[in-house]
Amino acid sequence: MYTTELKERNQAVQGLSLEREDPERLAAFEARVAADDFIEPKDWMPEAYRKTLIRQISQHAHSESVGMLPEGNWITRAPNLRRKAILLAKVQDEGGHGLYLYAAAETLGITREEMIEALHSGRAKYSTIFNYPTLTWADIGAIGWLVDGAAIMNQVPLQRTSYGPYARAMVRICKEESFHQRQGYEIMMTLANGTDAQKRMAQDALDRWWWPSLMMFGPPDENSPNTAQSVRWRIKRETNDELRQKFVDVTVPQADALGLVVPDPKLKWNEERGHYDFGDIDWDEFYAVVRGEGPVAKERMTARVKAWEDGKWVRDAAAAHAEKRGMRIAAE
Amino acid sequence: MNRNWPLWEVFVRAKNGLSHRHVGSVHAADARMAIEAARDVYTRRMEGVSLWVVPSNAITASDPKEHADLFEPAEDKVYRHPTFYAIPDNVKNI
Ligand SMILES: [Fe+2]
Ligand SMILES: [Fe+2]
Repeated sequence: MYTTELKERNQAVQGLSLEREDPERLAAFEARVAADDFIEPKDWMPEAYRKTLIRQISQHAHSESVGMLPEGNWITRAPNLRRKAILLAKVQDEGGHGLYLYAAAETLGITREEMIEALHSGRAKYSTIFNYPTLTWADIGAIGWLVDGAAIMNQVPLQRTSYGPYARAMVRICKEESFHQRQGYEIMMTLANGTDAQKRMAQDALDRWWWPSLMMFGPPDENSPNTAQSVRWRIKRETNDELRQKFVDVTVPQADALGLVVPDPKLKWNEERGHYDFGDIDWDEFYAVVRGEGPVAKERMTARVKAWEDGKWVRDAAAAHAEKRGMRIAAE
Repeated sequence: MNRNWPLWEVFVRAKNGLSHRHVGSVHAADARMAIEAARDVYTRRMEGVSLWVVPSNAITASDPKEHADLFEPAEDKVYRHPTFYAIPDNVKNI
């Protein structure tokens, strides 16, 4: 999901071999990680570890930041003041999550500007989920419930990820996420218990968000070549398929409680496995969205770039103000 | 103008009586704006009653390579801990 390794153009990480690393240091590093010790910014680390983390944390940061857009466009249309205040707080949290993560990535030697530039130029990836449109108010409920729910599933194990600044950012984020999911579920409950039209709206939102939410966990394990390395380095703690299964298992009963139907005819409790079996995911759709063919991918990047450019005068003014004040203090 | 805003380390005092604790960092043009950004980013849920922001480049950190020199000498000085000394059970208040 947020932390799925999406391949990026000109990506050199795959080619980064460990052969050039000093074997003794590498062994000491791997022993520390295997013992669940945390790696801190000034510690020695293999280049491939650094590069993988930069990519994963910056993609995660971009996802939080772009994730403000689909919900942000409903703030002015929230059905009442209570919902508006809640949505505003949630979207602000997502902005904060982006900032915690950008700061964590910066400790690895990449600048904020480089990351923003990579996002705006289309080189960097972010979670595919945010390239789907939010058509009705029920989508805001479905996002909180399913998308933040999937995010929680993914992020909880990352609180013990091996890189200290990333793990600490995840601790803060996880503390804040659970309100996101609950407010979304509350919206769904209200709609599901409302008029027929409201109930249909809730079902329609579930129909559209269910599969993209499952895709958030990333490609199946057999198609994620870097997973083994990332798990070994404790950058990832559970595989895509493990997390996806967990998500299905906890979410289906929540849909039942709403009286809504998960749009998957193959969904069935498997007594023997102790898990739900579920239907095949349309991976062609997933890869198309990764390639930037998502329904509103262009709109998202245009909005992001516009916000950055429209904010330029504010950044310039702040810098000019700081400079002037600095000179005045120096002159005193 | 196109220069990066400097980085500030943010410290929050959760409540009076506790010391400030490092929580993360923000970029801001100056100290005042860093305080404002830190307030928005790190204290949205009553996490604190006081903020410090310190320019990141003003912090001098020890080098992990000096770990042995700096911290290992303490390892063989267990006599600095009260539990090092065996006192009979019948001796109280010590
Ligand atoms: Fe978030
Ligand atoms: Fe969230």
